[in-house]
Amino acid sequence: MFDFYFDLPLWIRLFVQGLAVMLVMFPIGAACSMAERKIAAWVQDRPGPNRTIAPILAWIPGIGFLRKLGLFQLAADGGKFVFKEDAVPGHVNKFYFIAAPIIAVIPALTTVAVVPFGAYLDAAGQVIPIMLANVDIGLLAVFAISSLSVYAIILAGWASNSKYPFLGSVRASAQLVSYELSMTLSVLPVFLWTNGPLRGETADSLLGSLSLARVVEFQSQSGFWGGLWFGFLMPLSAFIFLVSLFAETNRQPFDTVESEADLVNSFGSEYGAFKWSLFYVAEYCHMLVGSAVFMLLFGGGWNPLPWVTLADFANLLGFAHLPLVTGIVGIGIFLGKVLAMIFFFMWVRWTLPRFRYDQVMAIGWRRLLPLSIANLIAYVIGIALLTK
Amino acid sequence: MSAILFNLFAIFTVACALGVVFNRNTIASALCLLLALVGVAGIFALLEAFLLAVLMVLVYAGAVVALFLFIVMLLDVSGGERKPFGKATVFSGIISAGLLVVGLISFTKHGAQTTAELPAGAAASGSVLKAYGEQLFTTYLLPVQIVGFLLLIAMLGVIVLSKKFQGLEDIK
Repeated sequence: MFDFYFDLPLWIRLFVQGLAVMLVMFPIGAACSMAERKIAAWVQDRPGPNRTIAPILAWIPGIGFLRKLGLFQLAADGGKFVFKEDAVPGHVNKFYFIAAPIIAVIPALTTVAVVPFGAYLDAAGQVIPIMLANVDIGLLAVFAISSLSVYAIILAGWASNSKYPFLGSVRASAQLVSYELSMTLSVLPVFLWTNGPLRGETADSLLGSLSLARVVEFQSQSGFWGGLWFGFLMPLSAFIFLVSLFAETNRQPFDTVESEADLVNSFGSEYGAFKWSLFYVAEYCHMLVGSAVFMLLFGGGWNPLPWVTLADFANLLGFAHLPLVTGIVGIGIFLGKVLAMIFFFMWVRWTLPRFRYDQVMAIGWRRLLPLSIANLIAYVIGIALLTK
Repeated sequence: MSAILFNLFAIFTVACALGVVFNRNTIASALCLLLALVGVAGIFALLEAFLLAVLMVLVYAGAVVALFLFIVMLLDVSGGERKPFGKATVFSGIISAGLLVVGLISFTKHGAQTTAELPAGAAASGSVLKAYGEQLFTTYLLPVQIVGFLLLIAMLGVIVLSKKFQGLEDIK
């Protein structure tokens, strides 16, 4: 059925695959902004955006449901951002001012290349992850590329040439660099474990890999320990990773970067129209990729439940022999988990108050970092004892 | 194909490196440094040393240059007027450039002959994570520890130099 596709040259296939993933990522990133408004409304007990509709569509029966969901508001907002006058203030450094939103989007959309987002079963019953590039340095590549996103914020703040954006970008860069440390340390126990005592029947040649697909493989083995998600095995690691993720994506309660009460809109203050919206799409894409990595490391990836793997699930419902269906179900389960995480992000944002900036720094350096080091040492000792 | 890519990355890296030196704007210099590092990472990737490429981006491009920019912005350093070079600077510059050229020539003449073929199946230590880790913890364990200690000393030195100690109270 798909022979014509596999006959295409490799570079065309890679281009099409990459484009397809981005064409899904970008709209989801944009749709998150609407979800954010709806969830905010729900938390605060008000209806949220529910009026907008194009007049030519209004006569269709049953469309009121989509209208109440705010779907047309999303389209209207998107259209507004594209067609609005894109004014560049006179006092900015034009080149860097225009470059900053572009630099914001590039790493946000590039990280997805090494993140697996689903799996299917081949003819032999093997689980094959669906991803753009299955590299053995997987997670390291995610960290490396996403660490470049700090430049967008630094440049936006500096090029805006005004006080609040600059303060915001200085805060942001300090915060991003600080929380990167705890984040990296918190995932080390996972990789110690996958290379440690309970590695099962994996071949020795596979050892020493940081591939995210393999972490999921480890969470879908048989037996009590094999099927246990790492989130239950290493709750502290998961917690530290989650907190650092909130800080890295500049989400509430670590929202000091764009605390509108004291910094107007921080690095976005001087931006408008499409350039402004690019920053927010980049932020949501970072959240998506971050949630995806969290779910792969600690939430079992594309496995529907702990101790129930995708393969079991497919066999139970009897579609294991259809790779296409299994693939879609795998992607669906994973996407569902990621969107649940996004919901959690938004839920927290509209529930918790914002930390003060000095509190953010104190939490990062004096609480989270020692905690993540202690956590790592504890697991090192535990795994060493188990190996013995 | 890889020859073309190598030339592209090499030219890109050198051009960005020149940009670091000749730019009058400090921020632009730092950004050129960032691009030069990305170019170096590209060359590493061409050599199939993906791990080094990623580490280059993660550590240098992601963190070190960010700190540079941070400091440049905080101190508000402007490029300003460039002082004309002194005689000693010109002299030492010529000598070091000459040494570099001699070294490169001798390397291309003699260095290429000594490289032995890697045995089949042996992974280059910069390409695979496992091989890299093994090298770090066996062959290069002592240098790694020494460098780590050196960095620790440098860090403590920075703290001692930059923090103004008033009395014994602060040292605690």
